[in-house]
Amino acid sequence: MRKFLATGLVLGMSAVAAFAGEVRIGFVTTLTTPAAVIGRDMVDAAKLAVKNMGGKMAGLDVRLIIEDDGFRPDTGRLKTVKLIKQDKVDFLTGYIWSHVLLASRKPALDAGKFLISANAGPSPLAGKLCNRNFFSASWQNDQIPMAMGEVLNQLGIKSLYLINPNYAAGKNMVSGVSRTFKGKILGKDFTRWGKGAQLDFSAELAKAKASGAQAIFSFYPGKAGAAFIKQFQQAGLDKSMKLFTVYTIDALSLPKFQKAGLKVVLGSQSTHFWSPDMDNPANRKFVSSFRAAYGRYPSFYAAQAYDAINLIRSGVEGARGDLSNTDAIRAAMERADFGSVRGKFTYGNNHFPIQNFYLREVVADADGNWTFKTVKTVLKNHQDPYAKDCPLK
Amino acid sequence: MNTALFVTQLVNGLQLGVLLFLVASGLTLVFGILDFVNLAHGVFYMLGAFISASLAALSGSWPLGVMLALPLVALAGAATERLVARPLYGKSHLAQVLATFGLILLADALAMLIWGVEGRTVALPAWLQGRVAAGVVELPVYRLVIIFSGLAVAAALYVWVHHTRFGMLVRAAAANRAMAEALGVDTARLHAVVFILGAVLAGLAGALITPITEASLSMGSDIIIVAFVVIIIGGTGSLKGAFAAAMLVGLVDALGRAWLDDLFKLAFPAEIAETAAPAISAMSIYILMAAILVLRPGGLFPPRARGR
Repeated sequence: MRKFLATGLVLGMSAVAAFAGEVRIGFVTTLTTPAAVIGRDMVDAAKLAVKNMGGKMAGLDVRLIIEDDGFRPDTGRLKTVKLIKQDKVDFLTGYIWSHVLLASRKPALDAGKFLISANAGPSPLAGKLCNRNFFSASWQNDQIPMAMGEVLNQLGIKSLYLINPNYAAGKNMVSGVSRTFKGKILGKDFTRWGKGAQLDFSAELAKAKASGAQAIFSFYPGKAGAAFIKQFQQAGLDKSMKLFTVYTIDALSLPKFQKAGLKVVLGSQSTHFWSPDMDNPANRKFVSSFRAAYGRYPSFYAAQAYDAINLIRSGVEGARGDLSNTDAIRAAMERADFGSVRGKFTYGNNHFPIQNFYLREVVADADGNWTFKTVKTVLKNHQDPYAKDCPLK
Repeated sequence: MNTALFVTQLVNGLQLGVLLFLVASGLTLVFGILDFVNLAHGVFYMLGAFISASLAALSGSWPLGVMLALPLVALAGAATERLVARPLYGKSHLAQVLATFGLILLADALAMLIWGVEGRTVALPAWLQGRVAAGVVELPVYRLVIIFSGLAVAAALYVWVHHTRFGMLVRAAAANRAMAEALGVDTARLHAVVFILGAVLAGLAGALITPITEASLSMGSDIIIVAFVVIIIGGTGSLKGAFAAAMLVGLVDALGRAWLDDLFKLAFPAEIAETAAPAISAMSIYILMAAILVLRPGGLFPPRARGR
């Protein structure tokens, strides 16, 4: 009987130990609606990151709790609150969409949790609303279009027409490209976004053509991108205008374009902070293990989710596994010393990366699969323009 | 105003209107004749898109894919009619809404299991990719193909409903079902035919839109709301109304998207106009519906007698 009790006690204690010795990471992303294809890539990458670190951070077990925001800010906020109150997570990450992240910001930060964006980089969070517990594992929305604006200047493009979705990130893309592009912007269109997003761009493309601009700049992540590019070609604009996009052609849409034989995307160029061919040990391991596990190239979304988990790991290890020591976790994460797949970068005062941006091109790899190749560096150690509005020092 | 842009927009509006008509015609027939509210009508639109895209990839020919997809959509329509719709004819609209809403969830989940979350694109054959010059403008051949095939279907439907014996029975059942049954019309068969026809038309619309956008999950739920707006504007049960309303909605949407921000810029600063215009143009068809319902509560062309 005594032996039985003792066993019970030991079992009970080990259960408590297991409970305390766990890093809980809430992962809010989109798993329904056609945007689920992005969420799936991020979840796959996050799971791979945990697997590649042997399921442990500073000796603690890692538990990923995944929630679906349904592509809606209200649902995303609800799920964030659920993760905090019910699952008692230590870190919140994921977040594809700027409007979802902005809606979830307050409950997460008010509860004293670390909030790490694995994609969205809306301007308020980089400026006035920056917070010591918010980190970005990606970029600020304006930066990639700013790099694209530079590319346009270098190519000698003099006039531009902008077609973008009507939400926070769409606005940031337009302001970003307008910051660096030196030519004339001949017109702007914003289209319906979110649930029931507009997929027929004939009206906007006709206006762009009538404007006489040399090129179109667009940002259409997810399924709208495929529709946009096809219609650009079908309207015959590929003969008279150039198309420059950001976040529109990615590793998620390329296999689909390839299957459908849409050769128009081969050779198309876009700017980004990362490319699957970047040559550093962390990236080589990430890309090869991702391809081995899932049989496809990872997208930049996957790269960011992978980095977000590794950033969290650097924080947990900096505090030697003491999750109550948030100062030590924060200090460690601020050093950005975790072997990012993009190579070495640093954090600015607003906890957005100061990093390089590259021009990349769609090419066929040795096996004939379509993927990206880095062409050149466009912006070096670039910081977003909102950091100066952030009161953190 | 730029003439070329105006003509292009007119064509774009007509093309949208024709697709809406294909979806709405089935919906209005099922609602008007069978008195059945089918929220899941958009499922056939999605099935048409996915099946035609898969078959096009398999056979290497998109037109063949569409031809083969339509009988399969008809089969799905027949199964839905027999298993879900038929037991609910004459029941309350709430029961029908619940059942068909459940069907949407089931169909979306099944499509996700079969085709995955990433959607399907198809490339058009070369002969459909070109453009034709028409006076001052160049129009994509494919959009014209959609318009003409849609108009051909509309004409065929008109002849079928107004100049054949079967169409006469359909009209009779729409006007007064009890009387039609009393006169010995086989309404069960008639219902099945109308339902399957509606499914095939929606499937055709889905197959036609795929080369422009793509086959994706939830595309059915996105269009069904607009399709309901169309049949309400047109008068539920009226094919003529559905046609007129679909064209009206298509044109209002396309022209609104093109010129609303210019219009707003006359009255407001550019920034406000740019933000407000897409929001208002997204609402424009609902504003149109409200305005028409105020003037004509039964819609543009309400069917004459509606004995129940």
